Amino acid sequence: MYLNEEQKAILNGEKGETLAKVMKTLVMYGDAFEAEKLVPITSKYNHLVTSFGLKVMSPVYDLMQQLLDAGVASEQKFSVDPRPIDKNVPANVLQNLVFNKFMYTKQDFYEGQLKKLGLMDENAFTCTCYMDEVGNNPGKGDVLSWAESSAVVYANSVLGARCNRNSGIIDIMGSIVGYVPYFGLLTDEGRKATWVVKIETTKKPEAQLLGSAIGMKVMEDVPYVVGLDKWIGNELTDSACAYLKDFGAATASNGAVGLYHIANLTPEAVEQGEALISEGAREYVIDDAELERVKNNYPVIWKKTDAKPKLCFVGCPHLSLEQLKDWTVKLEESLAKNGKKKVVMPTVFTASPAVLKAFEKTEYAARLKATGVITSYICPLMYMNNPLCKKMPVITSSNKLRTYTSARYYTDAEILETVTGGKK
Amino acid sequence: MKEFKGRVVTPGEVTAEAVVTKQGFNTLASFQMALQFGDKDVKCGDQSNTEIYGKPLINKALCLPQTIGSTTGGLVLYCACSMQKNPACMLFAGHIDSLAAAGAVLADVWVDGVTMPVVDCLGDEFLEYVKDGMTVTVKEDGTVVVE
Repeated sequence: MYLNEEQKAILNGEKGETLAKVMKTLVMYGDAFEAEKLVPITSKYNHLVTSFGLKVMSPVYDLMQQLLDAGVASEQKFSVDPRPIDKNVPANVLQNLVFNKFMYTKQDFYEGQLKKLGLMDENAFTCTCYMDEVGNNPGKGDVLSWAESSAVVYANSVLGARCNRNSGIIDIMGSIVGYVPYFGLLTDEGRKATWVVKIETTKKPEAQLLGSAIGMKVMEDVPYVVGLDKWIGNELTDSACAYLKDFGAATASNGAVGLYHIANLTPEAVEQGEALISEGAREYVIDDAELERVKNNYPVIWKKTDAKPKLCFVGCPHLSLEQLKDWTVKLEESLAKNGKKKVVMPTVFTASPAVLKAFEKTEYAARLKATGVITSYICPLMYMNNPLCKKMPVITSSNKLRTYTSARYYTDAEILETVTGGKK
Repeated sequence: MKEFKGRVVTPGEVTAEAVVTKQGFNTLASFQMALQFGDKDVKCGDQSNTEIYGKPLINKALCLPQTIGSTTGGLVLYCACSMQKNPACMLFAGHIDSLAAAGAVLADVWVDGVTMPVVDCLGDEFLEYVKDGMTVTVKEDGTVVVE
C-alpha cells in the first residue's frame, strides 16, 4: 500500500507506539483487500458501533484505555449506538438484577471513555445517527469511517456517502488517524451492482421482509433493485427514507449488504441508472410467493411455539419521527376497531433520544402515551440478549432483532393487530 | 487427504478439528451468548445457522464462506481472541469480508500470546470437501491440509 510521508511517519512510530499500532491495524486491514492507499475521511462526524457496556467486552475497554492513556483522541466527534438499558422498559426483578449487576456494569465507565475520545453530545446514542434530529448526516460522496451495519448501508445507499462495512474499533481507529483504506465501497468499481433484483409483487412488499430476502440471497454483494419505486415512489420522502432504513437494516443483518441501489430513487441509481450494473450480474426475482417462502422459513425458537406473546418491540433500527406519528394514528384506529383503549401487551417503541425529544413536542406524544405504548431510547437487541429474555415470547417487526435474538418476526400489520387485541 | 492453497491474512500454524458452515457465519449471533455467559465450549448461538447452531467453536478449524451480520463482528472476534475463546483458525473459501478481516487484524496487532491463523481464497472446492470432524492442518504459507 502506498503511504505518504505523514502516514509513514506514524507507522514508523514517530508519533508514539500506540499511534503506530493504530496505523499498522489500518494498513493490515487495507492490505487484506489490496487497498492501494489510505484516503482522508471527509465527513464531519464518525459513528461507532458499540460494545453496549457489556462486562464481557472488557478487552474493548482495555484497548480504549490504551488509546486514552497514550493521549490519542479522535479527530472527529462521533455518535454511538444506543444505550442498552432504560428503566421505562418493562423488566422483572431478576431481569433488572441481571442487566444492572451482571451484564451492563461497564456502561457508565464506557460512556466516560467515549466522552474523552470525542462523543458528539451526551445523548448521541442511536443506530439512526443520520436522522435530521440527531445531526450526523454526511453528504453525497463523503468518505466515512463508520460502523453499525444499518447506518453504513443507509449512508452508502440513501445518502450516497462512501463507507465500507467497518467493524467496531476499526471505526474509531480511522477517526484517530484521519484516514481509511481505499477499497470496496469507497471505489466506483466496488459500488457497481452484481445482482439485479426484480420486484414483481402484487402489493407493497414489507420492507423488513424484502430486505431479509435480498440479504440472504446476495450476501455482501451490491443489488440493483428494479420495480420498488412503483411502491415507494421516486422521491426520497420521509416515508421512503423510513422504508429504506428498515429495508437496508434487514439486508445488512440477514446478509452483509453495505450498499444497494433502488432504480429511479437512490442518488447513484438516479444519476447513473443501469450503468451501475456490472456485466454478468445475476438476477433474483421477488414475487409474493418468494416473500412468503422466506417468512415461512424463519425458525421459531420459542419453547412453546404457540405461546401468547408477552412483549413487543418496534424500532430496530430506531424509528423516525414520521414513523412514530404514523404508528400513533394506526394504533388509535386499530384500538377503536377492536373496542380497546390500550394495547393488550407491553409494547415498546424505540427511537433516538433526539427523535423522542422532537416527538414529545408534537401532539402525537400524548396520543401515543394514551394507547399504552412505551417509548424508549434503548437497543432492543441488548434487552433480548440474555437467557432470561430468551425464554420470553417476544414479537417484533424487526428482522434484525429476529436474526440476533429469540424474538419472533411479525409484519407491521400483524404487530398492529396483535398488540391492539384484534388477533388472539 | 486433500491439500488446498489459500492466501494468508494472518499467519500461523495449527492443527484442529473442522467445524463447517456453508452459509454466512454471523459472528455476533454465534459468539455473543457464549462469551457473555461463560460457555467454556463456546457453542455457536446463531439460531439461523442450522449447520452449526449449538456446536462448539473454541479451538476448532472454522471453515466458512464469509462472515455476515452486525459490524460488531470484528470487535466480537477480537474479544474472543483476547479471552482465548477463539476458533483455532478461520478458513474462508472466498475472499475474506471486512468484518472478519478487522477481527483477525485487531487480534494480530493488539492481542499478545494468541495466534489465530486466518487463510482466505481457498476455493469453493474446499468447502465442498471439508466436513465436520475432519482434521485440518494450516501451514505458515497458507497451505491447508484436510484429512
